Amino acid sequence: MTAYLVRRLLYAIPILIGVNLITFTLFFVVNTPDDMAHLHLGVKHVTPEAIVNWKRERGYDQPLVYNAGGEGIAKLTETILFNKSISLFAFRFGASDTGRDIGYDIRQRMWPSLAIALPTFLVGILVNITFAMLLAFFRATYIDVWGVVLCVIMMSISTLFYIIAGQYLIGKLWHLVPISGYDTGVDAIKFLVLPVLIGVVHGIGSGTRWYRTIFLEEINKDYVRTARAKGLSELRVLFRHVLQNALIPILTGAVVVIPSLFMGSLIMEAFFGIPGLGSYTINAINQQDFAVVRAMVFLGAVLYILGLIMTDIAYTLADPRVRFE
Amino acid sequence: MPFTPVVLTTDALLFLLLAAAGGYAWYARRREHLRAPWRQVARSRLGMMAAVVLCAYLLVGIADSFHLRLRIAQPDAQAAVRYSPEVLSLLDLATGHLRDAVEKTYSAPFAATLYVRETVTTPDGTVARVYPRLRHAATHLDDPERQRLGDVLATAATGALQGIALWALAVALLLYGLARSGRARWRTVLRQVARDELAVPWRLMLITAGVLIAGAFMLANLSFTYHVFGTDKVGQDVFYQTVKSIRTGLLIGTLTTLVMLPFAVLLGLVAGYFGRWVDDLIQYLYTTLNSIPGVLLIAAGILSLQVYMANHPQRFESFAESADLRLLFLCLILGVTSWTGLCRLLRGETLKLRELEYVQAATAFGVRHLGILTRHLLPNVMHVVFITVALDFSGLVLAEAVLSYVGIGVDPSMNSWGNMINQARLEMAREPVVWWSLLAAFTFMFALVLAANLLADAIRDAFDPRLRSVP
Amino acid sequence: MQQSLAMRTRLGVPLICAALMLLPAIVNASAWNNPYPRRDEGRNILYSAFAERPNHLDPARSYSTNESVFTGQIYEPPLQYHYLKRPYELVPLTAEEMPRATYYDAAGRRLPADADAAAIAHTVYEIRVRPGIRYQPHPALARDESGALRYARMSPEDLAEIFTLADFAATGTRELVAADYVHQIKRLAHPQLHSPILGVMRKYIVGLDALSATLEQALAQGAGDGFLDLERLDLAGARVVDRYRYRIEVNGKYPQMLYWLAMPFFAPVPPEADRFYAQPGMAARNLSLDWYPIGTGPYLLAVNNPNRQMVLARNPNFRGEPYPSAGQPEDAARGLLADAGRTMPFIDRAVYSLETEDIPYWNKFLQGYYDSSGVQSDSFDQAIRVSGGGDATLTDEMRAQGIRLLTAVATSVFYVGFNMLDAVVGGQAERARKLRHAIAIAVDYEEYISIFLNERGVPAQGPVPPGIFGHREGRLGINPYVYDWVDGGPRRKPIASAHRLLAEAGYPDGIDSRTGQPLSLYFDVTASGPDDKARLDWWRKQFRKLGIRLVVRNTLYNRFQEKMRKGTAQLFLWGWGADYPDPENFLFLLDGRNSKVGAGGVNAANYDDPEFNRLFDRMKHMDNGPARQQTIDAMIEIVQRDAPWLWGLHPKQFGLYHQWHSNTKPHQMANNTLKYQRVDADLRSRLRAQWNPPRLWPLWVGGLVLVGGLVPGAWSYWRKEHLAQP
Repeated sequence: MTAYLVRRLLYAIPILIGVNLITFTLFFVVNTPDDMAHLHLGVKHVTPEAIVNWKRERGYDQPLVYNAGGEGIAKLTETILFNKSISLFAFRFGASDTGRDIGYDIRQRMWPSLAIALPTFLVGILVNITFAMLLAFFRATYIDVWGVVLCVIMMSISTLFYIIAGQYLIGKLWHLVPISGYDTGVDAIKFLVLPVLIGVVHGIGSGTRWYRTIFLEEINKDYVRTARAKGLSELRVLFRHVLQNALIPILTGAVVVIPSLFMGSLIMEAFFGIPGLGSYTINAINQQDFAVVRAMVFLGAVLYILGLIMTDIAYTLADPRVRFE
Repeated sequence: MPFTPVVLTTDALLFLLLAAAGGYAWYARRREHLRAPWRQVARSRLGMMAAVVLCAYLLVGIADSFHLRLRIAQPDAQAAVRYSPEVLSLLDLATGHLRDAVEKTYSAPFAATLYVRETVTTPDGTVARVYPRLRHAATHLDDPERQRLGDVLATAATGALQGIALWALAVALLLYGLARSGRARWRTVLRQVARDELAVPWRLMLITAGVLIAGAFMLANLSFTYHVFGTDKVGQDVFYQTVKSIRTGLLIGTLTTLVMLPFAVLLGLVAGYFGRWVDDLIQYLYTTLNSIPGVLLIAAGILSLQVYMANHPQRFESFAESADLRLLFLCLILGVTSWTGLCRLLRGETLKLRELEYVQAATAFGVRHLGILTRHLLPNVMHVVFITVALDFSGLVLAEAVLSYVGIGVDPSMNSWGNMINQARLEMAREPVVWWSLLAAFTFMFALVLAANLLADAIRDAFDPRLRSVP
Repeated sequence: MQQSLAMRTRLGVPLICAALMLLPAIVNASAWNNPYPRRDEGRNILYSAFAERPNHLDPARSYSTNESVFTGQIYEPPLQYHYLKRPYELVPLTAEEMPRATYYDAAGRRLPADADAAAIAHTVYEIRVRPGIRYQPHPALARDESGALRYARMSPEDLAEIFTLADFAATGTRELVAADYVHQIKRLAHPQLHSPILGVMRKYIVGLDALSATLEQALAQGAGDGFLDLERLDLAGARVVDRYRYRIEVNGKYPQMLYWLAMPFFAPVPPEADRFYAQPGMAARNLSLDWYPIGTGPYLLAVNNPNRQMVLARNPNFRGEPYPSAGQPEDAARGLLADAGRTMPFIDRAVYSLETEDIPYWNKFLQGYYDSSGVQSDSFDQAIRVSGGGDATLTDEMRAQGIRLLTAVATSVFYVGFNMLDAVVGGQAERARKLRHAIAIAVDYEEYISIFLNERGVPAQGPVPPGIFGHREGRLGINPYVYDWVDGGPRRKPIASAHRLLAEAGYPDGIDSRTGQPLSLYFDVTASGPDDKARLDWWRKQFRKLGIRLVVRNTLYNRFQEKMRKGTAQLFLWGWGADYPDPENFLFLLDGRNSKVGAGGVNAANYDDPEFNRLFDRMKHMDNGPARQQTIDAMIEIVQRDAPWLWGLHPKQFGLYHQWHSNTKPHQMANNTLKYQRVDADLRSRLRAQWNPPRLWPLWVGGLVLVGGLVPGAWSYWRKEHLAQP
């Protein structure tokens, strides 16, 4: 198990190198440093010298991949690719194209993201599993049929609609919560209610259906029939046996998401004015701040890999039948 | 020829997909083990109802995928034949009256006037604020206030009757066909269908089809004299936009799946089954791709495409082609970001399956890997594929709207529900509220996604062997 | 039955969670939807919003309007605009009086004030700074017992516990002196600051170009570990005379210089601040002048969290400034002179919240959580009714809320340019000119303004917007190539005349008579918003009237700029907002020496007409008067004939103000307007509570539905359990 973990951790390095190569290709081949300089120096009165200066300051004045002017190893190291990648691996994100320190911003913005994502995730799982158990319990009755239809209907509604309707009704017409914004500490709660509610409601359709499928799969297995034949009540069968055995697929689906919760939700944060990493990313995309986007991609990749490793651990803990050699 | 055909890339791919589906159907026709689950799908009531609805969408989508350019008038007989640069589809030709019926700005469904007041100078010289009459709707009415309701009902009724007549004809043909194939008298077949005694729920399907046909004729008939779903900010007919958006939705849902399916299935199975370095390699591939947050990958892809198009404008002669390319590219990128999920699920499932006795036994008996993969593993993971694909289809159609919001969806000038909903977001803040764009886009999108989900449920029930014997 | 109970408690968990989450909101306040902390209720605070986070607060760098909201209140340049008087008038701010220009010829001899512009080699402005002005409290100015700067030599350990500027224990202040102004002018040349006006100013301020070159060189040699000591370098064009006096010397005659002196670019920066922020470790903590400004103005930046909120608080060291006691005749009736002579500022704090979406912004304004709004087109239907004469008035529901409307035509222009280098639409050939005129007639800007701006704009007749000298109203002002004067107003020429022009240009019905192909034109835009599809459709519709196919090329902003630089666009959409209220700032957009291709200037259409250029040089130095008007008329006539732009439109700015917000008058140029404004916080608290009663019935209905949904389930379970086992 330990050896396996070590192997997985070492294995993260080539993945991050791959991620870095992909993003580098996408961002630097698409937008040359000249483009970025023009974008950031503004519209009015930009001189060519200012552009050269800007590039030099941010280390964009080197060749992209291969430095023909360098000597020996410097042919490869004195390049944008090498220098920018090295600092990423050391978690030194550097300054954004507008001059702010990215690491500082990420540490600041992580918490609002988590404040929305974590309750949405936990309440969502709880509500979805509850509903799914209900449907599984009443399987093949009208409650199940209509429950599934309701799920399908809820799945077929766009997130944007939930958000627009939620803000319109709860915020504007009923004056129950502020329409958007954020605050620190306890004051944050009134801002979080609506986004969390919308996030949970939006997830009910697909989540409940997914868990229901898993439960039904388990219910039709022989051991369940045996348990039922022993005379155990339906509820006990569901909670004691089905839920426990259905944990593996639930874990695979859920654990991998946990670290990524830090990254926040783009749409939700943008609509509700939450100063988290999601809105940070969306702003960076709109303003084409590639230093930030690159940092976020890297961070996302690291968190994702963390999630995978956690999933594997959860796998082995929950089901000893799964082996890793 | 009065026109020259144009085949856009996405058209070609859609036809390829249809051909593949047709080929599979022909292949499966003679193989009972492949036919059996589909037979069961055909017995599902909700599923078949959804299938009829999907067929209607598909027909519109196909009609919108035959593109052509019309010939334009020549100045003299010697001049070379010239074609208009505007690329039209069969659907555009059929709805020409809607495309050209452009008002100034918003008007409500079935309205005879604009939704906003304008200042006009009356003949006697006074200035007044009035709701001006529309240029292309309800023009035949002298006093819309009184006549409109009656006229709408009459037109709708005429349309419905036409639709029902056509439907009756289709029913007759179908019954004749059923009678021929079943070697029964058509009167018997009629009775069986009417009493719903056949295995396939023909009665329900025919009723659904009847409602759809009558509704379509009703709308079509009304659309000649009214803006059925109103007009948008620049006065374009919302009904036209909604119908044109069908193709976009269908393509996003299907082409993405077409792109990702082969990779996902093959790699997922191979990784789970062989393990060791094969597993490592495939895991590396999908973990790397998957660990890049999807939205960022899509954003980067779309940005690079825009740059490419900006640098090579001559390659994209017409507006339709560049928008089409962006759509295709969006499908490709969505495919790249979504195959990894299925692949991971399949790998996990295969990991579980290969530990089971019968696979172990097959290995022990020396069955070749290919045999185990196709005989024992593939059929046992197909339900995962179908469920995922079904979930993905609706998810993709819905994702389009979200991506449009971020500014990385389909081309902003392309008709799509995402663009419509996105625009309606601003309209919700108007007072009085402009609700029809949102509602029209939402309803059509909702119906498509709902139908797809219901059919997917039916398919899942049929294909998942463990669910076949629900007590 | 026990099991069924267990079931219900499990279901209950999320319900309890939801209730717990709602609890603080219930306890908190009567208005549940108040986005601000309860303790701030009733305080003398102004609430506003910002849509885009400011990027630069350094006075040498900041140039955009979203930044000047803050920089305008913090920094004090020597001059400012009079708040009430129109046309815009410059008055002293920190200067004792308005600086007067003295002219010198090439030999250094002093010239009379009415000397010919060609003879003037240098102009000198002497500015006297008012004594006794002090900076806001700031750690850069803090001194220890010995009188030395306390935080001038920080080690990395000293900075370990420092994360924001507020973490420094001590602050200090000192008197404003003339040297601070000179220091800032030198900073404009600093290569690492990338001042956006360096390109313009190096042409005018004597010696700035040379200083910039010296600094670049020093930087390239790695001098001073990145910190360039500007105090040791001399700038000929900006010199300290004595403690309170300094001189600015510009090349030739440049009367527009005074306008620049009213912008934060020429505000004072103490050299201590530069040294303070240049210490190692500061930049990594985002401690820089770009983020923590230091000024002498009425407000200081108390909270700087551009991700959420920016707060300006009263500067305790502010000297106090009297509210103006003269204005336009109508100002007294509007109550704008009620505070005449009283000491400003009136508001204690100004809270700016990040609000990126229009709809929440508008709704919060209606709920009373923002004091003013300058909202976008869609919400305006609700607020504004445009009356017969095109005048806007408030709708009844807005009036019922006591909201006031203030309008002003913005001194900016949104135009469509033709690239004059293009083979089809560009050039001075008659054929291309007629094509441009035909398009100008066909593109119905009146309709555009009515659909997309809700009448919040006026179609432009030429490059100079209303409110700027040289703009002509009425019959003389119309563009005779597009409009006719009918019944006392301009009327767009009929589309038939556009068709005729198009045929004369060789494109009858949009078909090129030479090739027989339909004419296609390319239109470059940078669209991304939800409303853009409608706009692009509208543009296509306009060209379709002529049978021309418009291919819209939607590009990213930086690609768009590259196209402009290379001159590969055909038609493009762009805008310009005035830097200062002088026609030179608009007419130079068409100056041939200022073209984008080649010179890298701002003339994006690359229009070049020798006669226009000649007149431009003359107009530049003239004082406002009939002679200048005549020259401008002649210039506008030339460009109207050549039509390098579709002149587009000048947007009207509509500001909505709640009844508790007073002393507001829109000003297109001034950005230091916060100090004049007033809020009545008690009235605001009362009205907020009145407007925002929480509607509780949906909660009860929701609860009932949930319970109602459980009943049949429980019943069905009971039946199943009891009937299944006989």
